[in-house]
Amino acid sequence: MRQLWFKIEENTEIAKDTMKLILSGDATGVERAGQFVNLKIEGFYLRRPISISDYSENSLTLIYKIVGDGTLALSKMQKGEKIDTLIPLGNGYNIDKAGDKPLLIGGGVGVPPLYNLAKKLVEKLDPKDIKVVLGFNDKLEVFYEEEFKALGVDTKIVTVNGNYEGGSKGFVTDVIKDMEYSYFYTCGPMPMFKAIEKNAKTSGQYSFEERMGCGFGACMGCSCKTKYGNKRICKDGPVLEREEIIW
Amino acid sequence: MVDAANLLNKENIISKEKNLKVNLSGIVLDNPIIPASGTFGYGYEFSELYDINCLGTFSFKGTTLEARFGNPTPRIAECSQGLINAVGLQNPGVHTVISEELPKIRKVFKKPVMANVSGFSVEDYVKTVELLNKESDIGWFEINISCPNVHGGGMAFGTCPKSAALITSSVRKATNKPLYIKLSPNVTDIVEIAKACEDSGADGLSLINTLLGMRIDLRTGKPVIANTMGGFSGPAIFPVALRMVYQVHKAVNIPIIGMGGVSKAEDVIEMMMAGATAVEVGAANLIDPYVCRDIVNDLPKVMDKYNINNLEEIIGGR
Repeated sequence: MRQLWFKIEENTEIAKDTMKLILSGDATGVERAGQFVNLKIEGFYLRRPISISDYSENSLTLIYKIVGDGTLALSKMQKGEKIDTLIPLGNGYNIDKAGDKPLLIGGGVGVPPLYNLAKKLVEKLDPKDIKVVLGFNDKLEVFYEEEFKALGVDTKIVTVNGNYEGGSKGFVTDVIKDMEYSYFYTCGPMPMFKAIEKNAKTSGQYSFEERMGCGFGACMGCSCKTKYGNKRICKDGPVLEREEIIW
Repeated sequence: MVDAANLLNKENIISKEKNLKVNLSGIVLDNPIIPASGTFGYGYEFSELYDINCLGTFSFKGTTLEARFGNPTPRIAECSQGLINAVGLQNPGVHTVISEELPKIRKVFKKPVMANVSGFSVEDYVKTVELLNKESDIGWFEINISCPNVHGGGMAFGTCPKSAALITSSVRKATNKPLYIKLSPNVTDIVEIAKACEDSGADGLSLINTLLGMRIDLRTGKPVIANTMGGFSGPAIFPVALRMVYQVHKAVNIPIIGMGGVSKAEDVIEMMMAGATAVEVGAANLIDPYVCRDIVNDLPKVMDKYNINNLEEIIGGR
């Protein structure tokens, strides 16, 4: 982990209350999809942990939802401003377990880390064998369908109220229940996780969200119990394997 | 144009002229900076970032007789200039600390370390201290009788002079190492409790622990912290901590480790002027993981600014 300044290149709304933040700076050290950064926002004491949606050696793409005062302040920051950043944090997804037909399941603001994951999987598998199911509440919240489709992966959108053209109605579990897959990766809200846990046919990895103090394993603010002992969501996670999770 | 080489030279000259050493109950610290218990783990996370041997010492994660998971999550809440935590003394228990954590600390930290101990009964405290007392790497004990996040013990011992005295005198019999009692600010008169600890054999006092606080999520109408309340720390509590260090320093004749919202070198100087011999840095480590190293580096410059050559001379004022 390093503490570095990143410069804002873009900070724009891409869906309802959903912002895309592109930062430039030294992003070397990020190795896995599902890792995150912890941003210091002027006027707020705690840093804000935000997952990395995509990265290169010198840039980061973060997609975040405006959920409180901190992310609201972040959304008002302008191109050219600088952000104090702890990077990289967390373990990220392990793609070695994907098998030949992985399934990626995203819910709302849990979708972003799956984008870089899909990119990484495309490098080693036929894109057509990678299935992506993205769930949102409403068409206004949908984002990144085109970006996923551009990778050549099989992308399906589902909204709770069914008002998204080209998408289905219901929950991600309605879509995945008839699918064949070798392994799954997911990120999203807890109710979605619980539904997936009931439905999933294979092993998989879940990326968890928790209120954090430090983000790098020092404060024990985000601990959870697993079958393999206590883990810190920030340092030993946020990605946990299905087999170890205690629901 | 500024000549970088000259600037560096000047800093080198300043740091050689300044004496940062303080004597903490017979053990001399290279400088008064001590990361506070619960914000620094057992040191490894930070030793990956910088050489933690630049610190005076550090106070390791609060250790209890048995392993503890702590409280349910969320355990953390944001506040203006601070945070509330309700971790609840998560730790692997003293036996694992001795068998696994201390050997790992030894690899990254070559100075005596401060052992922070908590308990739920007098016997808990005594047994834990007895076990740790055999470890030569431990320089001091810091007995936490002020944790606001556990029931049946913790802060309960620190809010009454009689029970504070009982813990102090009982633990005193279990160790000859310097014994510091960590006091709670959540009391009517901290001086009375400080005196009770001094009279019962404490070598020093650590203050303050966190202030009991809470936040409510406006969307749900429910407390943000799963355990409802937690300990408030961060820069917002600095004036309260400073005041209590000042009051206690006037009333006792044993050294004080001052803490509460310390985030920069100037805060360290101020805390020492109020009466602290050494200074712990807590919440700031979580926001800025390099803060303790930076404070150590900044101290000579700040001392120079205020014409201080020897830090020990400012303890309790100039």
